[in-house]
Amino acid sequence: MAQRYSSFSSGSTAWLLQRITAAFLVIVLAFHFFQLHFVTHAYEIEFAGSQARMENVGYFVTMVLFLVTATFHGVNGVYNALVNQGIDGIQKRVVQIVLGAAALLLVVQGIRVANTLAGF
Amino acid sequence: MSQSYDRGLIEDFGRWREFTAGMWAWVFHKFTGWVLIGYLFTHIAVLSTSMQGAKTFNSTIQGLESLALVRLLEVGLLAVAVFHILNGIRLLFVDLGVGLESQDKSFYASLVLTGIIVVASVPTFVSGAF
Repeated sequence: MAQRYSSFSSGSTAWLLQRITAAFLVIVLAFHFFQLHFVTHAYEIEFAGSQARMENVGYFVTMVLFLVTATFHGVNGVYNALVNQGIDGIQKRVVQIVLGAAALLLVVQGIRVANTLAGF
Repeated sequence: MSQSYDRGLIEDFGRWREFTAGMWAWVFHKFTGWVLIGYLFTHIAVLSTSMQGAKTFNSTIQGLESLALVRLLEVGLLAVAVFHILNGIRLLFVDLGVGLESQDKSFYASLVLTGIIVVASVPTFVSGAF
């Protein structure tokens, strides 16, 4: 297993940002799963409970950062996987626009949801 | 570590018998990544029902959670997320130059640990669904 298997060019900015967001996501995704499946079971989740959690500024900020980093990490991963598979020229441009727009919509909608739950 | 080489088209799954542990790790990490980003869009869509009010949000969540299929899909999501996290930690260490000689073993450890965590979590995830 001496060879390097990755969709990213080692040392590139995309590669570095993928690693930085990964380090953050490893902790927050584990926390998110633990919080909403083991501390509070998924079937027990109600608006009031979500509201109470989201009203805590630290939780709100963590969840918004979670959304932004997860979206970036996911979209950056998909984009680099497609580039690694050989997309080029117009295909690459279309993928950039579609993924960029999808990421923007996801973050905006996610923040709107967070604001609703926090009562902002 | 930055040297490139021709690994052929890994997406040609007709070659799966030739895959080494490193190729499987790469394929699994990529597959679980696609699932997780796909799920994130679904997750935000479901949570968006909160904008219609508490009643709609509660009935949506409780309606989904009452379905056994959804509970089983959640177990699948856990498996995907745990593997992606554990294999991701492994990749972070590899990129830092730690454990380069035992990458096969750390990949197998990621798989085994994922299996143990998922099996141990099944009772919590399916509680009251069947």
